[in-house]
Amino acid sequence: MPPPLPGIQLQALAGAVPVWRAAVEAQLWRTGCEAVARAGGRLAALWANDERDAAGGFSVRALLVTFEGLVCLELALPEQAPSYPDLSDVYPCAARMQRAAFDLVGVRAVTAAHAAPDARGWLRHAAWREDAFPLRRDVPLAAALPPGSGRYDFVQVAGDGVHEIAVGPVHAGTIEPGHFRFSVVGEQVLRLEQRLGYKHKGIEKRFEAMGLEEGARLAGRVSGDSTVAYAWAYAMALEAIAGTEPGRRALFLRALLLERERIANHLGDLGALGNDGGLAFGLAQFSRLKEDFLRSNARVFGHRYLMDRVVPGGVACDVDSPAAQALLEEGERLADELRSLRAIYYDHSGLQDRCITCGRLTPRTAALLGVVGLAARASGHAMDARVHPGFAPYGELQPAIASHRNGDVAARIVVRFEEALESLRLQRLLLEGLPAGALRSPLGTAAAGGFGIGWVEGWRGEVIVALHAGAGGQVRRCHPHDPSWQNWPALEHAVIGNIVPDFPLINKSFNLSYAGVDL
Amino acid sequence: MYKILIKIAQVGLKSEPPPSADEALRRGAPRLNEEILRLLGRALAIRHVDAGSCNGCELEIHGLNNPYYNLEGRGFKFVASPRHADLLLVTGPVSRNMEQALQRTYEAVPEPKLVVAVGDCGCDGGVFGENYASRGRVANVIPVDVAVPGCPPEPVAILRAIVTAVTAAKR
Repeated sequence: MPPPLPGIQLQALAGAVPVWRAAVEAQLWRTGCEAVARAGGRLAALWANDERDAAGGFSVRALLVTFEGLVCLELALPEQAPSYPDLSDVYPCAARMQRAAFDLVGVRAVTAAHAAPDARGWLRHAAWREDAFPLRRDVPLAAALPPGSGRYDFVQVAGDGVHEIAVGPVHAGTIEPGHFRFSVVGEQVLRLEQRLGYKHKGIEKRFEAMGLEEGARLAGRVSGDSTVAYAWAYAMALEAIAGTEPGRRALFLRALLLERERIANHLGDLGALGNDGGLAFGLAQFSRLKEDFLRSNARVFGHRYLMDRVVPGGVACDVDSPAAQALLEEGERLADELRSLRAIYYDHSGLQDRCITCGRLTPRTAALLGVVGLAARASGHAMDARVHPGFAPYGELQPAIASHRNGDVAARIVVRFEEALESLRLQRLLLEGLPAGALRSPLGTAAAGGFGIGWVEGWRGEVIVALHAGAGGQVRRCHPHDPSWQNWPALEHAVIGNIVPDFPLINKSFNLSYAGVDL
Repeated sequence: MYKILIKIAQVGLKSEPPPSADEALRRGAPRLNEEILRLLGRALAIRHVDAGSCNGCELEIHGLNNPYYNLEGRGFKFVASPRHADLLLVTGPVSRNMEQALQRTYEAVPEPKLVVAVGDCGCDGGVFGENYASRGRVANVIPVDVAVPGCPPEPVAILRAIVTAVTAAKR
C-alpha cells in the first residue's frame, strides 16, 4: 500500500524493496517532505541531475523513508538559476547533501527568504571553482578544471579561554583523511566542526563512463569496508530496471556474504575499541579472530573482503558442502570466542569506565538528525532494513534487531557484540538451508530511462544506490548513498562536553566512512 | 585478570615468518645506499597516508598489526607524524583535494626517506583512474620507490613491499 501523501501522485517502482516515485512542483516538494517528517519518516538521500540533454533543465531528488517504504520526490528545475526549496530545517541531514549537490551540479537550495542556508562548498575544496560543476554533462570526465580558492570559514566559538585544535586531514593513525576543528576550553570540547570531502575522486562522474553491468565493480569500491552492501544495493537497483529476479540460492549466498562482512567489521571495531579504551589485549585477540575470518573468506569465496562476489543477476561464488561444513564449524568456534571476550570486556572496570556515558548520542538527538544503522540502534531506535521493510531472503530468516537505550560508546560496543552473534546465527540458517539453483540469472534488458533503487542494511547502516539507465546499456546517473552522510553530523553532537582525549574512542565507536561520503 | 591470562596462554604465539624482498615491486633505481637501507631495515618508522582510497587498503594495513604479521616484531612500527617517519605508505588514487596534503607530508619526512605506493589505485589509479578530481597513481604526485598492486593487496604483500623498500637492489 502506498504511503498517504495528499496531493502527490505516487507511481510504484518494480524491485526487491517497496519504492514509489512522484514528480512534484516546488510547493509539494516542501509539503511532501514535511508530511513524511510529521508521520515519523526521514530523509534517506538527496541528489541532483543534469537533464538538459533530455527533459531539459536540471532536477533534484529527495529519497524519503516512510513506514510503507521509500518515496522518491522529483523536482524539475529550470536551466537558468536552478534553485529549489531548502530541506535542512525539516531534515538537518539534508544540509551537507544539498551543499554537495551544488558543488557537483550547480543547483542551489534556498530558504523561504531566498537565501542559501549554508553557501560554503562541501566537496570542491580548491579542486575547482565555485562556478564550475563537474557533474554537468558538458564537463568531460577528465576535464582540467581551474583551481578555486579553497577558502573555508569554520564557525568560530568565542569566550574566555576558548581555543581551537585543528586536526587533519592526515591523522595520527591509520585512518582516512578528514579535518576536525575542535573548539575547547581546557580539555573539554565545546564544539566540533567536521570538514570532509578530501577523498572526492569523481565516483559519480566515473559511473557515467561505464556500462550498467560494469558499474557493479565501481559500486563495490565506494567504501571498501562495505563492498558487499554496495555491490548488492547496486545489483538490486539494476535488477529492478532490468526486471531480473536472482534465484534463491544466489540470494542466500548474498545474505551469507553480507553477514560475513558485518561480522568481519564488528570484529575489527571491537578490537580497536578495546585498544582505544586502553585494553591492548582486546586488539590482539580480535585482530587475530578477524584475520582467521578473512583467511576463511579467501579460501571459500576467493577474496578476503568479498569484493566483486555480488554481481548483477546473482553471485560470482559458491559454497559446496565441505566448505559449508568448515564455515559452520568456524562459526561455532567464533561464537564461543565472542562470548568469552564479551565477558572479559564487560567485566573490565578500566574499559567500562572509559566507555559508559562517553560520547552519548541521546535517542532524541539521533531522531532529529535522522541517524541510521548501528549508531541509531545503540541510541534506542530499532531500525534495520533487513527487518523492515525487509528484502529477500531476510523475511524467512527473521533477524533479531540489536538495540540499546544509552547511546554511549558502551552501547555501541554492546550492539556490535549482539549483532556479530546474531549474524553467526543467520550464517548457520543460511548454510543449513542453502537451496539448490542457479548462481546467476541472465540480466534482462535495461531500457534507457529506467530507474531503480537498491536498499541494503550494511554493517554500518543502510546503503542505498539510485541508478538511472542510459542508452546503449550505459549508466546515465548513479548516486550511491552511505549511512555516514546521516551519522557524521551526529558525531559532532556526541562529543560535546567530552574531553579531547576521548575523541578517538568516540569516533571509533561510530567508525564512519570518509570514502563513502566524499565520493 | 585471570581470564585474560588464560586466553593469552590458550591462544599462544601466532606470528608467521616475514616475507623476503621482491625485485618486481621496485620502481626505478634505489635512491638510498646499502648502508642506510640496512640501518632503516632494522628499525623502520612508517607513516601511512590515505590520499583518496576506498578504505579497502587501510583494512589490510590495519591487518599488518595483527599477531600473524607481527610488524613490530620485525622492527617496523607506525608513527603518528611524518616528522618521525622513514617511510611513507601511501594508498589510493591521489585525489586533487589530498594532493597538497600528500606533498606536504612527503616534505615533512626527513631525508633519507622511502615511499611505498599501495594497491592498484596507488600503482596506476585503479578503477577510478585520472579525472577532474583524481590525479591517479601516487607517482604522479611524489617519487615512489616500491609499488604493490592488489585490490586490496594482502598484508603479507604490503609487508613484502616494505621489506623490498629497505633491501638493497640485487645487481
